[in-house]
Amino acid sequence: MQLMRNPKDMLAGLMFIAFGMASLVISQDYTLGTAARMGPGYFPRLLGILLVAGGALQVLLSLRVNAEVERPAWHWRPLLIVLVGVAAFMGLAPHLGVILAGFVLVFIASFASAEFRWKEALISGAVQGVAAVLVFIYGLGMPLPVWPIFIGGGQ
Amino acid sequence: MDILANLALGFGVAFTPINLGYAFLGSLVGTLIGVLPGIGPVATIAMLLPITYGLPTVTALIMLAGIYYGASYGGSTTAILVNLPGEMSSVITVIDGHQMARQGRAGAALCIAALGSFFAGTVATTVIAAFAPPLAEVALKFDAAEYFALMVLGLVSAIALAQGSVLKAVLMAILGLLFGIIGTDVNTGTSRFAFNIPELIDGIGFVAMTMGLFAFAEIATNLEKTEGRHVMTAKIDSLWITWKEFKQSFGAILRGSAIGSLLGILPGGGATLSSFASYTVEKKISSDPSRFGKGAIEGVAGPEAANNAGAQTSFIPMLTLGIPSNAVMALMVGALIIHDIQPGPQIMTKTPELFWGLIASMWIGNVMLVILNLPLIGLWVKLLSVPYRLLYPMIVLCCTIGAYSANNNMFDVGVAIAFGIAGYVFVKLGCEPAPFLLGYILGPMLEENLRRALVLSRGDYSVFVTRPISVVMLAIAAVLLVVTVLPAVRKTRDTVFQED
Repeated sequence: MQLMRNPKDMLAGLMFIAFGMASLVISQDYTLGTAARMGPGYFPRLLGILLVAGGALQVLLSLRVNAEVERPAWHWRPLLIVLVGVAAFMGLAPHLGVILAGFVLVFIASFASAEFRWKEALISGAVQGVAAVLVFIYGLGMPLPVWPIFIGGGQ
Repeated sequence: MDILANLALGFGVAFTPINLGYAFLGSLVGTLIGVLPGIGPVATIAMLLPITYGLPTVTALIMLAGIYYGASYGGSTTAILVNLPGEMSSVITVIDGHQMARQGRAGAALCIAALGSFFAGTVATTVIAAFAPPLAEVALKFDAAEYFALMVLGLVSAIALAQGSVLKAVLMAILGLLFGIIGTDVNTGTSRFAFNIPELIDGIGFVAMTMGLFAFAEIATNLEKTEGRHVMTAKIDSLWITWKEFKQSFGAILRGSAIGSLLGILPGGGATLSSFASYTVEKKISSDPSRFGKGAIEGVAGPEAANNAGAQTSFIPMLTLGIPSNAVMALMVGALIIHDIQPGPQIMTKTPELFWGLIASMWIGNVMLVILNLPLIGLWVKLLSVPYRLLYPMIVLCCTIGAYSANNNMFDVGVAIAFGIAGYVFVKLGCEPAPFLLGYILGPMLEENLRRALVLSRGDYSVFVTRPISVVMLAIAAVLLVVTVLPAVRKTRDTVFQED
């Protein structure tokens, strides 16, 4: 795999090119204007060109024979578990209330640690669900239900 | 004396019970997150930003500023006692601070760190009071071209100080600019990159984005390190320092305060850079450099003074020019905008009570930190023994609710999730999120000033190199960028940042 001497840099370059291209394509619908009277499309296109050019340079640099060998080390598991917890809160809180949604978030997120313990996660989830309600709903007046709305919400 | 009258006004504002209370709260929360490794001031300030919506602007800023300098205080406690930097700015304190603790001088190290920080804070407050007004006066004469050049300089400085590849940092800043202009274009009313999503009309939620980029991504990277954080706390005997130690550290504190005050003002500077610079200086001028790394008290006193001074003077470019010099200042600008205050030189003339109240509160906050921290050290030590597996779900929950409460909208939680993934990819590909955040904040301002400058010059780009102030700033930016890329400088820059 001589071609992929530095996948880390190459992927970074490709990412910038992708963002630049997206900007160029999407901003085609916006009026370009001239330097003296810039339209809404002028600046995004300028940035898009810079991103594509810089990204291409980054890809070229990663292909150099003497480029350092660097591979990104992906560990998606902890991130995804934590974000699943957050997504669960996003979906549940408006319907089931913050106590239950907070409990679910903390419980799911706890799985991301290598040192996960069942009992601890259950207790900490319950405590934090209640604490979140006290601080954010009663303390700061956040407009979310405390309990599931089908049993009254209790706000 | 103008300065005295201004400071009197400031202390008048800062000494009201509500402002004193929030300065205390900010310093306390700042110290707390400073002590705990794994959560930084950027994520915390973003998390608490929505809470400050209901507060008066000056009170909000006082609290947020307290978090920032409180964090650098708390970070040193962890550095000395546990051999772990609580914050980036205390990375260097670990070296000699923990050695002192091992030799039974933990109390002395904590004491000198607190006193040095307090002294430096006082110096920095004076520096701000003396230099901010003339700087703001110069800035009032700035036109669009100068503002454009200044922002470019700010971005380049952030790039020069980012870790790793310069090219990646440049591209991250540009990407940040692009994300910054999402939403309605103020000049034409065209909605850009919003894909007809109503929540995107006003742009991507700043708080939610910061949560994802900094908090979620950081937690995920922390969780990868499988080895548990074993807290081995050194014993604290007495907090007194000996006369010999005092004499050794006095010069270091003076020099650290000067270095920090100076480097803090530079765009892109701030607490971390200042502490590194101070340590290098102390080691260079020491009559016996071999003591460093083995518990030299100057190696604690100097950097601790410098990081506190730097943290405070980094407010100068933000308050006088409206240009944030680091990620925390970018958040402060965000806070000002949320409170309908346009950051820039007019802050000082239009709302002097805001400006001087904030400055005075920083000094008061420093007094509080000394009084608060030395007796509370026992409590912080206990806190450090809470395992990370219990701590991080709590941070996640607070961040999630924080993202929601920015606009009381679950859409923002979705934004935070998306940026959590993006932030993780950025870190893994060696792309620093800090230049991105700065670009995001500067994006709309940069475009606006570029537009205005070119309208005035009828589309002639040479306007940026024919106006003297603008050309000087762009030249500095260009030199800085070239110098950063030079192999010799890159090497030292890499060693400077190697510590973490």
